[in-house]
Amino acid sequence: MYRGQAGQWSWLFHRVSGLAVLIFLLIHIVDITLIGFGPTVYNDALKVFSTAPFRIFTLALIGALLYHAFNGTRIILVDFWPSGYKFQRQMFYIVMVVTILCSVGAAVFILAPIFGACPQHGYCSAANF
Amino acid sequence: MATQATPPLPTAAKVTSYGILARPGAGSSGWETFSWYFFRISGVGLIFLALIHVFLMHIANDVSATNYDYIAARYANPFWRVYDLLLLTLALLHGLNGLRIVGDDYIRSRGIRLVVQSVLFFVAVTFWLMGTMTIITFQPGHTLAQSVLGFLQH
Repeated sequence: MYRGQAGQWSWLFHRVSGLAVLIFLLIHIVDITLIGFGPTVYNDALKVFSTAPFRIFTLALIGALLYHAFNGTRIILVDFWPSGYKFQRQMFYIVMVVTILCSVGAAVFILAPIFGACPQHGYCSAANF
Repeated sequence: MATQATPPLPTAAKVTSYGILARPGAGSSGWETFSWYFFRISGVGLIFLALIHVFLMHIANDVSATNYDYIAARYANPFWRVYDLLLLTLALLHGLNGLRIVGDDYIRSRGIRLVVQSVLFFVAVTFWLMGTMTIITFQPGHTLAQSVLGFLQH
């Protein structure tokens, strides 16, 4: 087992999260194309994305995207900031913490309707929480 | 940076099956160098484009509220069409370039690698055209077929 520590795991998570987001993107392009078939078809398809299993999937996806974005910034800093390499491990810890914090924040909005919160609209947005 | 020493020419025993464009050590003017910069530059752009997109769709609103009328109202403003087109283009290229590199890492056979990368190119073109078609031609109250027919008849 290669013991690459932070660098190894950050690379692996970056690759896995990137692939996950890419696969979703390809599916997403197809489902948005449905809007070309008119409002009934599109709004029906949209109802599927508001169900509980899809909300959990959405949260996982957003977590992957957040990690990929934050770790990507870490990579850019290591590449273009001459002293960056000295702090790569600390930056990795920051990336993990910020990713988890932002994911928990997103989870509040995305998962709340499953538990019956915001019954007026059926969803919780920043405007009507 | 000091000039790099020329890497030793591969002996017959060490020749690997790299093509012209993917040869390692091709210097700072190679495709891989462009790809390296492209990841970081498109990545910075995508940080704003993608995270704002997710924020608008999931936090400021909710997916269940992003229905046909919401999109019609949003696409009435051409700024959002341009925004989404930029997001689509950068995300597709950034992601599929990454997949190309994953293929380089794990596929040893040159022939299979060529097939896989050709498929990736085809996927890129197809999905980009699909997304662009929707973004450019969407008109509320018109289906895609009507838009295409209307375009063809003029």
